[in-house]
Amino acid sequence: MTVASTRPGTTAGPAFSEPDTPLQRINAPRGFWRGSTDTLAEIWRYRELLGNLVRKELKVKYKDSVLGFVWSLLMPLVQLGVYWLVIGKFLGAGAIPTYGVYIFCGLATWTLFSEVLSTATTSVVFNAGLVKKVYFPRELFPLAAVGAALVNFCFQLVILLVADVIAGASSGKWPNIEYLPMPILGLIVLVVWAAGIGMLLSAANVYLRDIEHLIGVVLMLWFWVTPIIYNVTRVSTTLPRALYQVYLMNPMAAVVFSFQKFFWPQGSGTPYEFSGDIYGRLGLLLVFGLVFLWLAQRVFARAQGNFAQEL
Amino acid sequence: MNQPVIRVTDVSKKFVIRKDKSLKERLVNSRRSRAHAEEFWALRDVNLELDPGHTLGLIGGNGSGKSTLLKIIGGILTPTTGYVERRGRLAALLELGAGFHGDLTGRENVYLNASILGLSKAQTDRYFDSIVDFSGIEQFIDTQVKFYSSGMYVRLAFAVAIHVDPEILLVDEVLAVGDEPFQRKCLDRIKQFQGEGRTIILVTHSLEQVRQMCDRVVLLNSGQMVVDGDPGEAVRHFREANSEQDHALQEHTEHALTISGVRTFGDDGKQHPIYPVGTPLGVEFQVTAEHEVSDWAAGIALTDASGLLIYGTNTVLQEITPEPVTGKRTVRFRFDQLPVSDGQYFIDVAVHPKMGSDYHRIARAASFQISNDANDPGVVALNPHVEIE
Repeated sequence: MTVASTRPGTTAGPAFSEPDTPLQRINAPRGFWRGSTDTLAEIWRYRELLGNLVRKELKVKYKDSVLGFVWSLLMPLVQLGVYWLVIGKFLGAGAIPTYGVYIFCGLATWTLFSEVLSTATTSVVFNAGLVKKVYFPRELFPLAAVGAALVNFCFQLVILLVADVIAGASSGKWPNIEYLPMPILGLIVLVVWAAGIGMLLSAANVYLRDIEHLIGVVLMLWFWVTPIIYNVTRVSTTLPRALYQVYLMNPMAAVVFSFQKFFWPQGSGTPYEFSGDIYGRLGLLLVFGLVFLWLAQRVFARAQGNFAQEL
Repeated sequence: MNQPVIRVTDVSKKFVIRKDKSLKERLVNSRRSRAHAEEFWALRDVNLELDPGHTLGLIGGNGSGKSTLLKIIGGILTPTTGYVERRGRLAALLELGAGFHGDLTGRENVYLNASILGLSKAQTDRYFDSIVDFSGIEQFIDTQVKFYSSGMYVRLAFAVAIHVDPEILLVDEVLAVGDEPFQRKCLDRIKQFQGEGRTIILVTHSLEQVRQMCDRVVLLNSGQMVVDGDPGEAVRHFREANSEQDHALQEHTEHALTISGVRTFGDDGKQHPIYPVGTPLGVEFQVTAEHEVSDWAAGIALTDASGLLIYGTNTVLQEITPEPVTGKRTVRFRFDQLPVSDGQYFIDVAVHPKMGSDYHRIARAASFQISNDANDPGVVALNPHVEIE
């Protein structure tokens, strides 16, 4: 090929898309109240990339380590052991039946929640190289964090089931299949809220790097206001009534109750079990959670236009 | 009727330069920092329409807004005002291997990078062998990328990028990396893209590349479109602007021999900014000595805009021994014709002893342009006779 012949001039090449395809405005401002459907459609188109990003997160996390995924199980298992021994035995919370299973219901869900929040918060900043160089919906970064945390959660669920089998064999009380929809709904509520908060924080962290430090503190506090290692009955008798209602508004509380209801049959009928209407709470939380997630996405969409220049 | 593939309407982009980032700094300086926040317009009212199958070059100095414009077209940045419309699949080669992760193997990175650039798993499977083949690093494809040499890294990244099948391709300076055979490979591939009628927007500092590859060039200066048109015209404009800047930098120090009044002249003995190709041309300058200097020689060098030495000579090489100088002398170098092609050229002038360091040297002491009606690329102006039998 000679140099001169490489000038394309005005000769039109093969048409790739129809020549009368209308021009599409890119990054068109869609207003605050509309545009979610467009984003959803776009995320759907990039679903394969989302899968790849999740895979990348998981692969990178334990690359070159001998134990690999075992590490993501070890942390909650050690936590479980410590809480069981220190709080269950030394501090005498042992009155709660099969205390180990009780804690793990909370710990497994909590680990999922905190992992989503902490990895989603830094997701956009850590991927600055991509944000600045390639276009695809930025929502994929926090969503990939959700996906990766969900995979880890599956492994914990296996442990929880094994624990249930052991506890069931020794106590003769098996999970009631009737309650199975409860933790499933609980998991959905958890993911919706975690994705919403994660999305907000990932956008905020681009402008204010303090967020990634702040989230550690907030998660620690949040852990202790969620009935994971202590039982909620104690809270209801200690706190004034109004404050107790505020305490119960914590989405994670309802999620933990839903898991305990199914995976901790040993507690049913005991005073340690949450006696309120779990389905009602979950349903309400889901509605609010979806509204919140939608609002979070709108804020994210507003903020993302400036990501590339702020990073 | 051909519809444009890209239309840029009244696009402006404002950056606000702030330095504080932490919460504390923001709270402490909240009022002050807002007042001190500096505004900076990277782009101002850019309008552009690009028809399919064309190759557009964006040129301009550093910070002129080329990359910003490219990123806005690519959808990575949103403009402050105005908007961009486009149609068709777009791929942006803004940085090779932007999505590579050092801990993943070459194979894993190929799949990840391909999906970032918009290829599906099935497509990547199909292209995989060809990607690896193009990169030429089969042996290392299952090695973690962090162990790659930078060349291998770039090769693999480029191999992925060119297998994306875009209708619009945005290229930002990526052609400047890699060894020479690899660069040639990249250029060949881009030429192939051109031949297939794809639309390409190219940001580069290599004006030679622009003249070779583009059929339209936009010159940006401080975010404004200065020239939009034929490559030769835009490049000439850009070089003129640059040479004006160079002239502003002139030094004033004491020398045993001082050069002054450097000028070029044509066959009429007068200085012109532009000479037609092939005319006689001379260089003249004055040499001044306060005290007598007996050991001296004078020399000139002709360079092109990129600093490439085209020709150089001095009185020693020409076997001329000048008489000792006191006061002022005029030195003249004459060429019967200067067979260089279209472009901006510079004259460096120096006076020095036969051995030892210079008395005085002025880099780019004079500049001139050669104009040529022919559009043939290259440094020398030749007149070929083409015969086809």
